[in-house]
Amino acid sequence: MAIEVRIPTILRNLTGGEKAVEGKGATLDELFADLDVRHPGLRDRLVDAKGLRKFVNVYLNDEDVRFLGGLETAVSDGDSVTVLPAVAGG
Amino acid sequence: MLTIERALVDRIVAHARADHPDEACGVIAGPVGSDRPTRFVAMTNAERSPTFYRFDSLEQLKVWREMDDRDEEPVVIYHSHTATEAYPSRTDVSYAAEPNAHYVLVSTRDEHETEFRSFRIVDGEVTEEPVTVIEPGA
Repeated sequence: MAIEVRIPTILRNLTGGEKAVEGKGATLDELFADLDVRHPGLRDRLVDAKGLRKFVNVYLNDEDVRFLGGLETAVSDGDSVTVLPAVAGG
Repeated sequence: MLTIERALVDRIVAHARADHPDEACGVIAGPVGSDRPTRFVAMTNAERSPTFYRFDSLEQLKVWREMDDRDEEPVVIYHSHTATEAYPSRTDVSYAAEPNAHYVLVSTRDEHETEFRSFRIVDGEVTEEPVTVIEPGA
């Protein structure tokens, strides 16, 4: 078992076109680090020095992780993580 | 070029007018690869602001899942400017992350005339495109 991570169109150039990839880790931070081993550059598009990038929404199952624990949110096998670019502007 | 039915243009404009002076926003979904907007979805502007908009994150997840299930994609992403022209702001450009979408901007700064324009925003570059409106019965 692993954690499924759904990847938005704009980041699929980093996953060889795959819509979903799998990874492992006890927290979101570890999961992103694990994904970055097989999909170099992916983590950098999701995370900056301050934490989750504000242009990106990350959901654990049906929850926005900003309302959970951010990068420290615990994840486990069978969870589903979805990444979507925030739709925003001025 | 954006090709869009009159009824959908009218719904965007009506949403923008209803939410004025705050910015209104939403998407029009269409079949993947068709480049034709068909299903209008007004979104909540979580910012409720006259100068900024952001899709409510949970609503966005729900709508994006629906599109996935129906083999649709966001063909049009629209929002309004309420005091400035219908042209993407610097913030709009920095956030634009759907290279296949037509970014529609409307301006409600004039009480009577609504500007309606469409743009591609790819890698930080803005390109305006013509809009063809399909009139009813055409």
